[in-house]
Amino acid sequence: MHEWALAEAVISTISRLAESEGLREIKEVKLKIGELQQIELEVFKFALTQLRDSSLLKNAKFNIEVVNAEIKCRNCGFEWSLEKEKIDKDAAEAIHFIPEVIHAFIRCPKCGSPDFEITGGRGVWIEDLKGVR
Amino acid sequence: MDRGLEGRKVKMSDPRLSIIDERLKDVDDIIAVSSGKGGVGKSLIASAIALTLAEKKYKVGLLDLDFTSPSTHVILNAGETHPTEWKGIIPPEIHSLKYMSIIYFSGNRALPLRGLEASNALTELLAITRWGQLDYLIVDMPPGIGDATLDIIKLIKRVRFLLVVTPSRLAFETVKKLIELLLELNVPVVGVIENMKMGESTFIRERIREIDLKYLGEIPFDHALEEAIGDPNRFSKTVFAERIREILEMNDYLKGS
Ligand SMILES: Nc1ncnc2c1ncn2[C@@H]1O[C@H](COP(=O)(O)OP(=O)(O)OP(=O)(O)O)[C@@H](O)[C@H]1O
Ligand SMILES: [Mg+2]
Ligand SMILES: [Zn+2]
Repeated sequence: MHEWALAEAVISTISRLAESEGLREIKEVKLKIGELQQIELEVFKFALTQLRDSSLLKNAKFNIEVVNAEIKCRNCGFEWSLEKEKIDKDAAEAIHFIPEVIHAFIRCPKCGSPDFEITGGRGVWIEDLKGVR
Repeated sequence: MDRGLEGRKVKMSDPRLSIIDERLKDVDDIIAVSSGKGGVGKSLIASAIALTLAEKKYKVGLLDLDFTSPSTHVILNAGETHPTEWKGIIPPEIHSLKYMSIIYFSGNRALPLRGLEASNALTELLAITRWGQLDYLIVDMPPGIGDATLDIIKLIKRVRFLLVVTPSRLAFETVKKLIELLLELNVPVVGVIENMKMGESTFIRERIREIDLKYLGEIPFDHALEEAIGDPNRFSKTVFAERIREILEMNDYLKGS
């Protein structure tokens, strides 16, 4: 997902969470981002500050942690972590938007299979929220 | 008082889910062209419907959700078009319709995905695509009643299904299962199109009426169709496209339910 789309999605999810939990103000957001998403952190943080709703999130601190991409072959069991440098530019761009298209570009380095599983470092999720009721 | 939500976070913590509604909020009508059965003409019908609506000056989007065998880009001759990156992805405009397909990301390579991966890719595509204001979003569905069908029902609450069936009893057997599933889940069905009609049999028409669904119309087997694939101008002059025009006109451009 793209940085701006992602920031928008994160903010909208936080607003919904805050509403359902009755939080008036968010103090801290713990976010995890999979490395596979290849988010430009600076752009992402900038988008967050631009999109944040004034009252709910104005004092919120965003803790962002990038989680390594871990891949496991379903065919031979080999586990590896993706080295960004080894992916060509077009593939990297496509994977940035839709991580699953990695299956069109990457093969297991041991056995050549496209049947592998992304065991870590995919997606973006809100790990925790702290706020005031 | 400071409060953490640790432990209760899982249900809503995937940010993609809350953005999909936002992405589709200015789209008036979302119609999934589906069948359960493969090879019955879903992609051609979805493309022809989208092109015809665009011809009628409606604002139309066409979304190809078949990740295993995307084909609408071939029908439309999408060629070298590309989406634009702007706070997400803006679909390119081809023949007056906004178009999106996995091919913009996977190229023409094979994309072998297992169930959950296919679901993730579908969710991601819906979350990043900015359609803007549309009268219709036509969705070309993959065959089967598995992942993509369940996902679209889950992710787009107001999706309506248009079903394609061929005169074969074998095709109907499968489509019937999809119909039962949709009715059970209270998913609206726009109606059924019978494609590749060759004889005079009324078998399908009768079965459809028996279950109180709308029989939208039939399309004959068109020998000139294959030649027109990849040439939208020629395609729009085929008997096939002409019949789609008639069907849409007869059925009030699929409005209402
Ligand atoms: N009315 C018709 N007359 C002649 N040929 C047709 C007609 N409708 C579809 N076909 C042919 O049937 C084949 C399948 O069409 P299409 O790809 O649209 O089906 P589909 O249901 O989308 O298939 P899949 O399940 O693989 O996605 C194509 O080769 C197409 O040219
Ligand atoms: Mg198809
Ligand atoms: Zn392997």
